[in-house]
Amino acid sequence: MTSSNNNGHGNNGAGGAREKDLKVVGKPFRKVDARAKCTGQTKFADDIVLPRMLFAKLLRAHEPHARIVKIDTSKARALPGVHAVITGEDLPTSYGILPVSQDEHALCTDRVRFIGDPVAAVAAVDEDTAFEAMNLIEVEYEKLQTITSIEEAIMIDEPRVQDYGESGNVHKKVHLEFGDMDEGFAAADHIREDTFFYEGNTHLPMEQHASVAHFDPDNKLTLWSSTQTPHYVHRALTKVLGLPAAHIRVIATPNGGGFGGKSDPFNHEVAVCKLSMITGRPVKVTLTREEVFYCHRGRHPVLMHVKTGVKRDGSITAMDFQSFLDGGAYGSYGVASTFYTGALQTVTYDVPRYRFRGLRAFTNKPPCGPKRGHGTPQPRFGLEVQLDKIADDLKLDPAEMRLKHLVKPYSLTANYLRIGSMGLGKCIEKIVEGSDWKNKFHKLPYGKGVGLACSSYICGAGLPIYWNNMPHSGVQLGLDRQGGVRVQCGSTDIGQGSDSVLAYIVAEVLGIDPFDIRVVTADTDLTPVDLGSYSSRVTLMTGNAALQAAERARELLSKAVAEKLSLPVENLSFADHRVFDVENPETGVTFAEAVVLAESKYGTIGTVGSYTPPRSPGKFKGAGVGPSPAYSYSAAIAEVDVDAETGFVTVERVWIGHDIGQSINPMLVMGQVEGGVYMGLGEALMEEMTYRANRNVVHKFPSLLEYKSPTTHEMCDVKTYLIEDADPNGPFGAKEVGQGPLLPVMPAVANAVYDAVGVRVDEVPITPEKVLAALRAKAQGKPARFGPKGVPTVEWPEPLKVATPAEGGDGREMPRVAIHS
Amino acid sequence: MSERTKQKAHIEFTLNGETVEVAFAPHKTLLEVLREDLNLMGTKHGCELGECGTCAVLLNGRSVLSCLVLGLDTEGRSVETVEGMASAAGLHPLQETFADTGAAQCGYCTPGFLLVAKELLAANPDPTREEIKEALSGNLCRCTGYIKIYEAVELAAARMRGEEAELPRAAVYGLD
Ligand code: FES
Ligand code: FES
Repeated sequence: MTSSNNNGHGNNGAGGAREKDLKVVGKPFRKVDARAKCTGQTKFADDIVLPRMLFAKLLRAHEPHARIVKIDTSKARALPGVHAVITGEDLPTSYGILPVSQDEHALCTDRVRFIGDPVAAVAAVDEDTAFEAMNLIEVEYEKLQTITSIEEAIMIDEPRVQDYGESGNVHKKVHLEFGDMDEGFAAADHIREDTFFYEGNTHLPMEQHASVAHFDPDNKLTLWSSTQTPHYVHRALTKVLGLPAAHIRVIATPNGGGFGGKSDPFNHEVAVCKLSMITGRPVKVTLTREEVFYCHRGRHPVLMHVKTGVKRDGSITAMDFQSFLDGGAYGSYGVASTFYTGALQTVTYDVPRYRFRGLRAFTNKPPCGPKRGHGTPQPRFGLEVQLDKIADDLKLDPAEMRLKHLVKPYSLTANYLRIGSMGLGKCIEKIVEGSDWKNKFHKLPYGKGVGLACSSYICGAGLPIYWNNMPHSGVQLGLDRQGGVRVQCGSTDIGQGSDSVLAYIVAEVLGIDPFDIRVVTADTDLTPVDLGSYSSRVTLMTGNAALQAAERARELLSKAVAEKLSLPVENLSFADHRVFDVENPETGVTFAEAVVLAESKYGTIGTVGSYTPPRSPGKFKGAGVGPSPAYSYSAAIAEVDVDAETGFVTVERVWIGHDIGQSINPMLVMGQVEGGVYMGLGEALMEEMTYRANRNVVHKFPSLLEYKSPTTHEMCDVKTYLIEDADPNGPFGAKEVGQGPLLPVMPAVANAVYDAVGVRVDEVPITPEKVLAALRAKAQGKPARFGPKGVPTVEWPEPLKVATPAEGGDGREMPRVAIHS
Repeated sequence: MSERTKQKAHIEFTLNGETVEVAFAPHKTLLEVLREDLNLMGTKHGCELGECGTCAVLLNGRSVLSCLVLGLDTEGRSVETVEGMASAAGLHPLQETFADTGAAQCGYCTPGFLLVAKELLAANPDPTREEIKEALSGNLCRCTGYIKIYEAVELAAARMRGEEAELPRAAVYGLD
């Protein structure tokens, strides 16, 4: 335990009386794996060494777009120490994370689509030999024209980066309309139209991806890998390798940071499996930092146009949102990302009518995918900066304006998202008070400013990635007769503490110590499926599954103990390793004795629990993205110093309120909030995946030194308020914290820059060059702004129209509209 | 087998207080020697180019990036890795506070931070927050935003000075 004064927590809690009863939940226990991590004993994927292990290297294309004419591997094969060389021919089956985007090959078969796309893989006795062999492979390419930007993808149909999608180089177009937009804008007193650009950036986990595969003499394959989604990797391997699923075991090793970057099945994972199958020896691959940049799947660059109508009091009458995503060369999660750029605009403030148009482009760059906040930081940036401009136009205080128009708890939005508990109001009030907002906003000297923004995030995607009716998370509990408890779950600890959450919840229900519980996770042979550590789903979903399994175990033990002590079952309480009579606490048995009694009565004690999210009220095509069992809320105020000479922005402090529902462990929640603010700060000020040369497709910064991320010097002070507005769908009321707190940071910083020096930077990262350009524009009497000029004109498909709940809609699309394919 | 790996160097140095002998290909870095030839996996790597601080170890008590030091350069010198921080008496106070405060989220950067913090506290038992930031500025952490790390270092420093210290309430529960 960290601290001896664990007497209750947060004074915002929903359940005052219940808090006293909780012994583990809500308390700052250390993580169950914390000591292993602080003594160097945690085994990450690259720490695994097996006898006779070979090392693999992937040869990656240095051409951004080219046909593969010939690959000559003969010299590599001839090098002593080389055991196998494979190319695309050896792995002809395609795969991909989404069923609609099965567009990847472990090694390119006919074409390379970005610099870094792998074409061959080598297994050799050591890394040096593998590297040498890799360089002996000769590839002849026939160059193809590159597609380098969203604009080009829209304009140039041939050559296509991918042979599927909407048309040409447009991967996906969506057009959804909820409610009568004309009516909405006609009702507005003021309409604003703005364009924004959010540059792409990457996860940059400190651990480079690594995998070890072992194909054994019984034809069983085991893959240890730093992945956030062992279940999806298991499915992809089954498809690509032609082995029965029952012969493949995927073990996700503890991830040295993920942030979404280890959520796709990756080329290197497939390649080491194949190499192990060929050689019959274990094979390891560890990516170099440069390769991690090419794997990417990070934040999509998104260009946005936002048109919002408001009444004089700032209430929104209609919002029309367009987003254009640069997807890079492959599908990845991109279809989901596209929908996400249009999904969560409605869950913070009341938006009665809403239209969304989204387009994802294929370009010859590393593929984009999900990064912390998946598809949400970009539109949230546009929305929150625009609201700041609206407040300015209407001469309203941006905090008060937001507070007046919050979405109601337990309501249904125009796009059919079911809101549960909603603590955003409290978040805003706390940070306004804590930061002394009223005395700072518009009142600080030139060069100093404050800015506010809010956000919300899902607590788990309401739908699985592939269509099925099974639970999203499963837990098995085993109790042994000496009192040991084992929790098994497919969830993957990526540093967020999901192993600990399982232990805390089971310990709470069974009245035992979390450190007495053995947690077995992320192993497709030993653990029931959990879909993975993405979409902030784990605390809520595995938490509920663990809760159910533990309650079932408690019931068995209760019955056996009640019988033994001749007491009614309801009288029994579980705490301090005992099962006892609440009215007469000395009467009872130890937890281990309770297990013995139960095992004597029922046989071996094991229980299961599972969780399936509630059905979404939206029934229209596209309603699958956005629904969640619950939504977390955050509000942030940034205080900045802007040097008008250099354009340099320093964020001095961030106040952040986060509605967590209920902290399972407040100290770990604090850590997630601080980590989220940190990553948001990086995105706000410096992080960008940018390209140069060869018509802008060569990665500019594939290194930790050149890809700027905040060090201790850039990290700001963070003042955190935890708001506990318990949600009935969360375990003990808990909601997510892994992703939400990042979201308000970027717009809060942009709004603070405006407060400080009176210019708008409608783009992230907010670099000194952009601030200076905006200041220059202002001095020349031009609009005091830096940002994109506009968005491309494209032909959108007919909208899929859905009447809003307020208009009497039932969540289905209106029948008179032909559905575009 | 690559030409470069055939001819092995053979040296002796002090590792976590014990004399070790090791043979390795002479071009290998200390990071590689520790992980590949001595099987000590506690020292991690994030770049192998001297950019992230993840691989930090102490060489004669001073922090170095083990990916930039040749294994050969440790001959006759003393190296401390995270595996050497705990003793039979228990964890080092820094390990204890890093574990207890949540300063290790994914834990991948943690060994590097621990050793650099140890070096700091050896030279300055009562560092200010600014001095801690300065000392740790060469180590990247993607998870924590550094704040829990500062708090863990401050708590360990206080305890090493013999003070009875706990994390401030606001660091655990947030502000009221
Ligand atoms: S691995 Fe040595 S500094 Fe990054
Ligand atoms: S704890 Fe994950 S990188 Fe620091």
